[in-house]
Amino acid sequence: MSEVLAIETRELSKRFGAVRANDGISLQVGKGTVHGIVGENGAGKSTLLKMLFGFYTPDSGDVLVQGEHVSFVNPADAMARGVGMVHQHFMLVEPFTVLENIILGAETSSKLDEAKEDARKALIELEEKFGFDLPLDEPVENLAVGVRQRAEILKALYKGAEILILDEPTAVLTPQECEQLFELVKLLREQGKTVLFVTHKLHEIMATTDDVTVIRAGKVVARRKTSETSCEELAELMVGAKVVREVARESHGATAARLSLHQVNACNDQGHAALKNVSLDVHDGEVLGIAGVAGNGQTELLEVVTGLRGIASGSISFSGDVVATDSITTDPITLRRMGMAHVAEDRLKTGVVESMSAKENIILGYQREPDFVSRGVLKLKHIAQKAADYFESQDVRPRNPNLEIGSFSGGNQQKVVIAREIARDPQLMVIGQPTRGVDIGAVTKIHDQITELRNAGKAMLVVSADLDELLAISDRIAVMCEGEITGVLPVEDADEKTLGLLMAGGSLDNVTAKEEE
Amino acid sequence: MAAGAKKLPFWADAILLPALNLLAAFLVSGIVIWALGEDPFLALSLLIDGAFGFEEAISYTFYYATNFIFTGLAVSIAFHAGHFNIGGEGQAMLGGLGLTLAVFLFSGLSPFLAVIMAIIGAALFGAAWAYVPAYLQAKRGSHIVITTIMFNFIASSLLAYLLVGPLQRPGGQMPESADFPEGASLMPLHEIFGMFGKTFEDGPMNVSLIIALLCAVGVWFLLWRTRFGYELRVVGQNPNAAAFAGVSVSKMTIIAMMISGALAGMMGLNELLGQQHRLLGGFTLGYGFVGIAVAFMGRNHPVGIILAALLFGALYQGGAELAFEMPTITRDLIIMIQGLVILFAGALEHLFRDPVTKIFTKIQTTKEGAA
Repeated sequence: MSEVLAIETRELSKRFGAVRANDGISLQVGKGTVHGIVGENGAGKSTLLKMLFGFYTPDSGDVLVQGEHVSFVNPADAMARGVGMVHQHFMLVEPFTVLENIILGAETSSKLDEAKEDARKALIELEEKFGFDLPLDEPVENLAVGVRQRAEILKALYKGAEILILDEPTAVLTPQECEQLFELVKLLREQGKTVLFVTHKLHEIMATTDDVTVIRAGKVVARRKTSETSCEELAELMVGAKVVREVARESHGATAARLSLHQVNACNDQGHAALKNVSLDVHDGEVLGIAGVAGNGQTELLEVVTGLRGIASGSISFSGDVVATDSITTDPITLRRMGMAHVAEDRLKTGVVESMSAKENIILGYQREPDFVSRGVLKLKHIAQKAADYFESQDVRPRNPNLEIGSFSGGNQQKVVIAREIARDPQLMVIGQPTRGVDIGAVTKIHDQITELRNAGKAMLVVSADLDELLAISDRIAVMCEGEITGVLPVEDADEKTLGLLMAGGSLDNVTAKEEE
Repeated sequence: MAAGAKKLPFWADAILLPALNLLAAFLVSGIVIWALGEDPFLALSLLIDGAFGFEEAISYTFYYATNFIFTGLAVSIAFHAGHFNIGGEGQAMLGGLGLTLAVFLFSGLSPFLAVIMAIIGAALFGAAWAYVPAYLQAKRGSHIVITTIMFNFIASSLLAYLLVGPLQRPGGQMPESADFPEGASLMPLHEIFGMFGKTFEDGPMNVSLIIALLCAVGVWFLLWRTRFGYELRVVGQNPNAAAFAGVSVSKMTIIAMMISGALAGMMGLNELLGQQHRLLGGFTLGYGFVGIAVAFMGRNHPVGIILAALLFGALYQGGAELAFEMPTITRDLIIMIQGLVILFAGALEHLFRDPVTKIFTKIQTTKEGAA
């Protein structure tokens, strides 16, 4: 660690109601280093960042930037001190061009054209220095996620950031985009910038950082030099116990297909082909994982299977009944009654009603079942009882089903959703992104649960953007690219390299051919 | 966590904030009254006395409140389904038309039947008038705010045409229908009190008030105790989750808007069947619009709506008395005071909400810090 500290916090604390989100956090980030902050979701990483960037004011403790005491009241203060942040959810105006987004709030002239030309010169210099090649005049909405992120980084640099905070920067990126980001981070460090890299993915910490601080339950539990630690040690520090990532899997004999898609074609909301001749079988007692770069038809696949989207041709059958063709659709309620459960991939957008209590959310999708409602009237007592049961069995915290579901952490929300979906002993579970936004402790639990259900003979269809996850829990993995299934292979034959090639649109034949070369 | 911390306690949201808004409105009104050379405190006491000081005043206050309960409930149920029904005014007009037609059609058979059919007719016509914008929203994506506003104008013109044409009182010059036949009316409450041996001054407060209160209970039960209400609220708060749960968003939009229209339509019960006993052009007098402020101030909850309706009823009645007692305070000034209440309770909600929230967060943190 170098002598001058870019950022230092001393005993920084912040609480929300009864929760000590940050409890005496002391952090030292050396100038010109890449510093990792790891912790589970809900450990207090976001709160810490928001204090460093002026979104929250600390209850107590000090923040020092470049050795000077600062107290940021808003992000503008932070930016004036050279602190820039790239948020997990980008702060870009989508119909605006990259250039317009970058100068937003830092226009040098009240005439837009002049401001743009001023900025363009400065940006071209910056781009050369940091090896960017951004389409400055392209509207952001036309850009891939990785490019948008680079636009955010360039924006921060343009506004004079010496210290860059990257909040979960890889959450939305493809593996290739991640690699590019890591390269960029290295380059930023070479140019003397300080980077605060916040994530809960440990191999990213190992790949990019110089130092790492581990946060658990609002406290710093360890500081390490990255070169002197390991993924295993960090994982242990994060959760406070040894994590066993291997999932016990029992073997099983071949059984009939529970869910079967035959030559399914479907369009997305824009009317473009999203699924092209997709054929898949999911058997009882197996986990079929769907891999692919986000946006290659996985969302539409989940939707056609669960009755949320009609299909243009082909057929889908479930438990031996045809549930969808070009002329048949089966509504989600009927599918649930037939024994299909659905854990939605975007929890807050689809899977729960954020502003309703957890109690009200446990009947979502099952609100017409006779044990929840009689003659149209809700059985509130029974619902409350069930909610209490779910909270107990899944260890949801805080244990109060009357709180709004949106006030729970991602992991606890997912626990509630899973409890709801497994409660009726489904034959098939369709799960999108089982552990997105879920902390490591809960991840293990959710993986165990998926395996338990599989061992109990259930059919499981799991879509995930996390390859490690799919490799850990699946029996077979199907890869999607541009709406097509590019390959289905048993997990024993799957490795990241093969899957990566299939994700990029290669076929199994040329994958094997390449290996033979 | 952060979202949770920014929440106000229930009582602050439901009582403190409306009280602050009301206070601010009265403060500004008071300054205006003072500038006119009158005593604002005397004006306030005259207003309160005019609204609650004697039995007839109370009767009028509740009479106006009845209108606001209907239109407030109408706005709130659409709001819970995620829609802003600005068309209460037009739906009330059509409700009045349905009511009038039913009265003239059925009063030959029996006045009692005529009243029952009038209630049904009011609800049905109101619902039907809301159906068209709802259908256009659900199936064609035409924004309901725009269409319901346009439908207010159509309703107004339609009523004007009918009341100077086919429905006009034979030989009459005014835009109004013939009087309803004897017996086709809702009984004033003072007569009912009389039947139980209690005397109460004559006034326009009538059985519609009881119907309105029953509607409030019904709306509460529907929204928070039934599966239908649950699905309606899910549609309003997260249409994606509604689709996930197998609820048809377009169907729910249509049904919720029709219930909303039916409630607005029933406003005519109070005005026409309870008081005027004939259909008048423009009988709705903006109650449909004020219903938006009532629903907003009442936090879209039936109990809150009843209280807010009572407040507006008191402003209408007390305001009229005040204008009568203090000649410098004209009818227009009263409308301005009512407008200020709507402004502070509705449009300027966040004027106080944000600072109050900040204060509460601070108190909470220091309290817990000490504990």
